[in-house]
Amino acid sequence: MSAVTDTARVAPAGNPVSQSVRDSMVVAQRNLIRMSRIPEMIIYGLIQPIMFVVLFTYVFGGSMQIGGSTSAVDYKNFLMAGIFAQTVTFATASSGAGIADDMHKGLIDRFRSLPMARGAVLTGRTFADLVQTALTLIVLAVVALLVGWRVGSDAPTNAGKVLGAFGLLLLLGYAFTWIGALIGMSVRTPEAATSSGLIWLFPVTFISNAFVDTSHMTPWLRHVADWNPFSATVQACRELFGNPGVSPSEAWPMQHPVWASLIYSILIIVVFRTLSVRKYRSATA
Amino acid sequence: MPGAIYAEGLVKTFGDVRALDGVDLDVPEGTVLGLLGPNGAGKTTTVRCLTTLLRPDSGKAVVAGIDVLKHPDAVRRSIGLSGQFAAVDEYLTGRENLQMVGRLYQMRAKAAKARAAELLEQFDLADAADRPTKTYSGGMRRRLDLAAALVVSPPVMFMDEPTTGLDPRNRQMLWDVIKRLVSGGTTLLLTTQYLEEADHLAHDIAVVDHGRLIAQGTSDQLKARTGGERVEVVVHEREDIATASEVLRGFGKGDTTVEEHTRKLTVPVTGGAKLLAEVIRELDTRGIEIDDIGLRRPTLDDVFLSLTGHVAEAKDEENGAGSGDASGKEAVRK
Repeated sequence: MSAVTDTARVAPAGNPVSQSVRDSMVVAQRNLIRMSRIPEMIIYGLIQPIMFVVLFTYVFGGSMQIGGSTSAVDYKNFLMAGIFAQTVTFATASSGAGIADDMHKGLIDRFRSLPMARGAVLTGRTFADLVQTALTLIVLAVVALLVGWRVGSDAPTNAGKVLGAFGLLLLLGYAFTWIGALIGMSVRTPEAATSSGLIWLFPVTFISNAFVDTSHMTPWLRHVADWNPFSATVQACRELFGNPGVSPSEAWPMQHPVWASLIYSILIIVVFRTLSVRKYRSATA
Repeated sequence: MPGAIYAEGLVKTFGDVRALDGVDLDVPEGTVLGLLGPNGAGKTTTVRCLTTLLRPDSGKAVVAGIDVLKHPDAVRRSIGLSGQFAAVDEYLTGRENLQMVGRLYQMRAKAAKARAAELLEQFDLADAADRPTKTYSGGMRRRLDLAAALVVSPPVMFMDEPTTGLDPRNRQMLWDVIKRLVSGGTTLLLTTQYLEEADHLAHDIAVVDHGRLIAQGTSDQLKARTGGERVEVVVHEREDIATASEVLRGFGKGDTTVEEHTRKLTVPVTGGAKLLAEVIRELDTRGIEIDDIGLRRPTLDDVFLSLTGHVAEAKDEENGAGSGDASGKEAVRK
């Protein structure tokens, strides 16, 4: 058999990890080019959180009790960590829709017939979503500052802690894009991925400490909220931002929110990445 | 020694459906096998099993000398696949698409870039190279998809209905590309619903139905199995059908079939052009005006019909390009 393949042009196989990283980057680049050509998707992705910032600040601010205070300023400072965290989790929908779209259009067949690292199609997509999440967070932080959000409003903080909080937010967002990846692999159409990617996020982000003081919830609901992985990141961000928090809770994740946030996010990544990649291997368009 | 594409007893079931029910294939190096069959016959499933996209329940598959089930990644390095859908990213430009595929074939960035430029030129896409592919026509997208399958000049190619939904000009262009490829030594497995296409491109044809190979051979061998030539007449007036039928019965070697609504009569004959002339004279003597008359050798459509009991249904929703019946027809037009 004459091997027509010109081996000289092919990069050395190298170790599987470096190939996996290289392939993921190629796919991430592809997805970032795509995103840059569909700017309306990024813009719509920004409108919703900005709307939440403005609506919650001006509509709810003043009627919400945070740690016994009904001050609109306190609520504003309390709210932002919740909105940031909710925004990063919404990346789930876009990663799910993107992957479902590739499945739907048969592009996955092309990728699966190429000698590329198995997880790279999904990893590349999640990398690209992470970049988008970071951009969204920057814009949102600017808007939050414009409506009067201030770090260090209740407790001293520093640049390192603030950056740490954004790091935790990005990690949470990254973890949730893997949930989106699994949804994208499981549904038949991009539309289904968008809606099924969003629906469950509402209870997850609302049965939490993101928008209200959990001490006003019925005990069992408060229990759920305190152990909600999403709450851990919100709590950690408030602590690191030096913003007002909710009434103290006995629950471990609320006592050690930074650790809880890290553990939850990493656990989600490990579980959902494993499931998604396994599904990818056996996927049919 | 098995050929460049070899399969033995491939079985694949989806739930209760036995999509592949023991498919055997052997495609010698440098030849084209046309896999022919109606929708759902198992053509695509066969291709998916051979290109590592689907794991068969049982059976053996060897592509480019490599066991598909044992070393799928090695197989992926030696094959190119052009699927039913143009698998290109519509928001990327043609150039970006090809570069991405090159990189994922593990080419170095520079080599991938050079190869992309080469292919864009070769496939007549250089002018559109830097436009997002969603602005491309269907034919251009198919060409790009085929170019993507050829990035590493793989020794073995699979094309799943490469020309479905293409206009005749683009189809012709793809055919030319395919012929060039094969003359360069590439082994190709091609699935198609267009019998004319298989006739035109393939050295060997395998007919599949219900997940089984029901016939295999060259186009001529398959046609010979189906039987000889026929005379086909279209009369001008519906009232003449009965008389014409009577005339044909005198010349025919079998039953005359009549399509009332198209006023077409067909009868198996032996005797070729000389007999055709006699039929025309006789019809003329009887004063029957004819719109069309011809001596028709069996087309692959006929082969298909006689093998499967039903016609190959081309899915032509997109543009109505039909499966051609032009081949083998020597018509005398009045």
